[in-house]
Amino acid sequence: MPDSPVISQSAAAVAHSASHDESAHPPYLRHHFESVEQQADATNFAMWLFLLTEVMFFGGLFTAYLIYRNWYYPAFVAASHQLSIPLGGLNTLLLITSSFTMAMGVWCAETRRKNGLVLCLSLTFILGLGFLGIKSIEYREKFEKHHVPSYHYSLNSFLNPDSDPAAKAAGDKPLPLDVARHTEVYFSLYFAMTGMHALHMIIGIAILGFMIFRARAGAYTSGHITFVENFGLYWHFVDIIWIFLFPLLYLISRH
Amino acid sequence: MSETQEHAHHIVSPKVYVVIFFALLVGTATTVWASYVDLGIWNPIIALAIACTKATLVVLFFMHVKYATKLTKLTIFCGGFLFLTLIGMTLADYITRAWGQW
Repeated sequence: MPDSPVISQSAAAVAHSASHDESAHPPYLRHHFESVEQQADATNFAMWLFLLTEVMFFGGLFTAYLIYRNWYYPAFVAASHQLSIPLGGLNTLLLITSSFTMAMGVWCAETRRKNGLVLCLSLTFILGLGFLGIKSIEYREKFEKHHVPSYHYSLNSFLNPDSDPAAKAAGDKPLPLDVARHTEVYFSLYFAMTGMHALHMIIGIAILGFMIFRARAGAYTSGHITFVENFGLYWHFVDIIWIFLFPLLYLISRH
Repeated sequence: MSETQEHAHHIVSPKVYVVIFFALLVGTATTVWASYVDLGIWNPIIALAIACTKATLVVLFFMHVKYATKLTKLTIFCGGFLFLTLIGMTLADYITRAWGQW
């Protein structure tokens, strides 16, 4: 990302103004680009290349999930009944809303609305934290029920579904031991996929905090919006991953 | 936006964002509702179709790809195509390896 801290920017500006007339081009145009437009296109293109590597990274997890779901279908059905659709749905709602506020933040930066930008970034920040809060409630329940792989993993919910409210509500039949053991594979993938997604959220929220701090100082609303724009791309990408995780993990095995 | 330094940059209006936002909400409600209806093999297919539609809306409008350069559009298309090819080939291998045994 082209933004460097304020202090080094002003130091660079002194050296820069000595080299040629300052009015020759906007201060954020790097010398190896011909125009602001070329610089913006190149940066946007690079951000997309990064996001495509992220697609491949998550794609490996999704592929593993598809293959194991086909192999251990009854175990995956029973294990997915342990997830709460209301909590997952609420999280989807929070994340989609945060994508909307982020998109509005980019619009505020484009139209140079400083207060609007700070508000939108703050809302995105709060909604992101809300998502992680609900995710942690879900994770906590998994720990309490011993559904975390290899951590005193318990097959009780799948061998005696009547003893487990979630399994009983879904009408699960008791699974044979060798089938029930494969529920651990489901939860391994569940934690790998949602955990990787949550890590991306945490990184995103940290960057949002930094951006709110800088936006309050007037950054991004004076014509140079590359950082906000590209962060928006990252945030929407994380939203898209969840758009696929929610149906695959929570929804498709209810019958 | 009258300064000469400003490059030709398409600004998507908030109206578009609101419409897409509501479309995403409707998509979410539909996919949750459809998961409670027993449609047999169609349950995962419908869920994935709705997810793909929602993802496309996000990519085109929230991520501005509809207004992006041809280079960006082509690159994203190639990335998606490569991703589907890799998944398709991997699944073809696994499914035909233990044909009927899983």
